[in-house]
Amino acid sequence: MNKEELIASLKEIVKPYVKDPEGLKNLDENSDFIKDLKINSANLVDVILDIESAFDIIIDNESMEKMLTVKAAMEIITTKLSEK
Amino acid sequence: MTTKEILNLLPYSPPFLFADELHEITENGAKGSYTYKPDEYFYQGHFKDFPVTPGVILTETMAQIGVVCLGVYLLKDKITASEMPEIAFTSVEVDFLAPVFPGEKVTVTSQKQYFRFNKLKCEVEMRNSVDKIVCSGTISGVIKYNK
Repeated sequence: MNKEELIASLKEIVKPYVKDPEGLKNLDENSDFIKDLKINSANLVDVILDIESAFDIIIDNESMEKMLTVKAAMEIITTKLSEK
Repeated sequence: MTTKEILNLLPYSPPFLFADELHEITENGAKGSYTYKPDEYFYQGHFKDFPVTPGVILTETMAQIGVVCLGVYLLKDKITASEMPEIAFTSVEVDFLAPVFPGEKVTVTSQKQYFRFNKLKCEVEMRNSVDKIVCSGTISGVIKYNK
């Protein structure tokens, strides 16, 4: 999966939890889940669980804490996929 | 941890404690009950001359019994009376199907969907004394222990 495809699938995953439609429209690598997309911090857990099932990976506590931007999520997904 | 110990650890007191008994508790869910006393404070204004239990109170009752009791049980190895976890209600989606009048006893049953990264999400339903569903839905909260 290339970078664009990964961003596109993350966009689909976060969609139900985003409270800022503009933020979703402008979503890119630098988007911050909480600041730019206005995702409720507790719903970030649901985003992460949805990422786990979409990519069939397990995200540990340490990675979860780092997963605050699209970029960080992409790095973690790529690392976890390479470990499979 | 006994069901009585769990009830004693709840961070609520009257007039905002809505859990009388906890009948069952496992890693996957909780079942408990509460009887709304005819003199509960909210009946004075909801509604004028026609007391009905407010939906927000039914929701709170489902959260206290179904989610907070379960959360306390799931953190049982870490909790002590002097070191309580932090709790916060984070989301709810509930449908209301029948009214609950003063003096009615309700039973709440919850099923854990997940407890990960400190977030506990449950399917919760409330039934009245004739076993009819009063309300049901999904409730989430964050429960964490800082030590």
